[in-house]
Amino acid sequence: MSAQTTFEKIWKRHVIAEEEGEVLLYVDRALIHEGSSHAFAALAAQGRRVVKPAQVFAFTDHYVPTTGRERGVEGIAIPEIRDMVKTLHANAAAHGITLFGIDDPRQGILHIVPPEQGITQPGLLICGADSHTSTHGAFGSIAFGIGASEMMHVMATQMIWQRKPRTLRVSVEGKLAPGVASKDVILAIIGQIGVAGGVGYVIEYAGSTFAEMTMEARMTVCNMSIEAGARAGMVAPDETTFAYMEGRPYAPKGPLWDQALALWKSLPSDEGATFDKEAALDAAEIAPMVTWGTNPEQTLPITGSIPDPNSAADAERCAEYAAALDYMGLRAGMALQEIVVDRVFIGSCTNSRIEDLRAAAEVAKLGRAKVPAWVVPGSRLVQRQGEREGLDQVFREAGFEWREPGCSLCTAINGDQLQPGERCASTSNRNFRGRQGTGGRTHLLSPAMAAAAAITGRLTDVRELLR
Amino acid sequence: MHPFTSVTAIAAPIDEPNVDTNQLCPTRFNKVPRGPKYARVLFHDRRFEADGREKDFVLNREPYRRAQIIVADRNWGSGSSRESAVYALYEFGIRCVIASSFGDIHANNCYKNGLLPVVLSDAEVSDIRAQLHERPGATISVDLADQTVIDPAGRVHRFEIHPVRKKCLLEGLDDIARTHEYSERLAMFEDEYRAERPWLFGGA
Ligand code: SF4
Repeated sequence: MSAQTTFEKIWKRHVIAEEEGEVLLYVDRALIHEGSSHAFAALAAQGRRVVKPAQVFAFTDHYVPTTGRERGVEGIAIPEIRDMVKTLHANAAAHGITLFGIDDPRQGILHIVPPEQGITQPGLLICGADSHTSTHGAFGSIAFGIGASEMMHVMATQMIWQRKPRTLRVSVEGKLAPGVASKDVILAIIGQIGVAGGVGYVIEYAGSTFAEMTMEARMTVCNMSIEAGARAGMVAPDETTFAYMEGRPYAPKGPLWDQALALWKSLPSDEGATFDKEAALDAAEIAPMVTWGTNPEQTLPITGSIPDPNSAADAERCAEYAAALDYMGLRAGMALQEIVVDRVFIGSCTNSRIEDLRAAAEVAKLGRAKVPAWVVPGSRLVQRQGEREGLDQVFREAGFEWREPGCSLCTAINGDQLQPGERCASTSNRNFRGRQGTGGRTHLLSPAMAAAAAITGRLTDVRELLR
Repeated sequence: MHPFTSVTAIAAPIDEPNVDTNQLCPTRFNKVPRGPKYARVLFHDRRFEADGREKDFVLNREPYRRAQIIVADRNWGSGSSRESAVYALYEFGIRCVIASSFGDIHANNCYKNGLLPVVLSDAEVSDIRAQLHERPGATISVDLADQTVIDPAGRVHRFEIHPVRKKCLLEGLDDIARTHEYSERLAMFEDEYRAERPWLFGGA
């Protein structure tokens, strides 16, 4: 048999039928959240039920408040937001779906909790009601986001129609310099291939840089695959993956563990497997990155300056840059480190795992926040772990706010939001216009860089603080 | 699902690339149940001030308030998987978006709601937009059976579409009926799959 990629191996094993290149695939796990109300409405409209409730997992994350959670769902002040959480609780109960509800000690973001619980595993096909489902590819699974109609279909049938995407291998070799994080790697990749560079592809991240990364760092990279236009991103499973999996609540145990391990070990791309497209970066050349514009490819090393639209490659780019600068309230030629921020957000499914909070705390220790700075753990488990390690104390002493877990300011739907014109240094994944609140301005960066911005009040090269 | 066969209508040019689904439907409107209210949601924060007054935006100008086609640039509908972005387009009256590339998930969401995403080359979309700027209110014809777009100058542009997607749109079929034909195969698949991976089905 010819050499296969990880993607091909997993894809093939999930094919149920094919019609003229449209493939019906088996879905191992479906992940939903409060916003899946449209999918449930569509199910109800057709009088259908969730066919495999044990394979659907529901998370309260997008709409939950990040303060004042003692009173649970009834403590949510805004009625429409409270209703969204209640509706999910009710739909999960009505269909017998496993729910990680607002009061659950394991509550958290739908891309943080499944890995923690061992729900995410190598070799699976996972569909989520959220584009950042690509996160789960860090385990060597095919994981992608879908809309409400497709989610309705998955819940009603446990299958999904797809066309086979092409494969893109992004290789990064070498060691990352101190102060450079996996967030910088993925921003650098997007800067190179562009926000549409991955459209139609599934990315496999390969090379020594990813091999050296922890699972958490790999998740940050895979998370933002969608920002490069790819549906999914993955890293082949290896010893790091297996060590992470062991002992998690949903992970196999005893003899089943050995059986699973044998299967997982067969998943890495074969020697000589070919990809439809290749890209490569040198790890040593990656610096701490920050976005300056309104999409994630508008990104530069922190040592850079705002580009001049007039020097853009073509008239179209020129207009695009000018519009971005206008929205962001920045001028061409300005050094990125001159940009003064109003707020800092450390959180989101990209960067709210324990390692992210540790990296931010290391920097927070060095000073005091000059602007409001929030730390929003990705889950209750991360929050408790952080508290056991005393990170909450470190942050509080440095003047940061330690909040309750959820999506929060990443998508500004739970009431946490920027005011028009406010500028935020954020560890989330999207710097789109209005993403963090109407008129809000977002600069994406790593957790350490975000903490650096908090204690200096401007975008700052964290390497200088760590020196 | 509403079928899509053909449309001849006013087309609005939207010149910017990378229009993300957050522009089409700002996050806070996701919780609105499907229905006519979504007409106002489309590009809400580009179209309306905080106090509800209209801003100057192409879809707020005549004759584009009646547009049923949008001619866009590259990477239309990138970002979030929110299907509400398609509800907003549809309720505004848009039946077809022509762009040089689409965010994958958004394009799928369009198909599932009877809205046709058409991919033409970068040169074609920019040329058609230029024609629309020259003659505001000019109409475009899109025919799915023929797989053609006729621009205001009368030039014919062919586009590709997957045959299954085409059939579903033309007939207004949703996937579920099609999928149910495979329930026996699913049962067979699952027996084997569960035997091979028993650890996946046990719970925590
Ligand atoms: S943290 Fe942000 S990107 Fe992640 S799931 Fe929540 S809203 Fe989506």
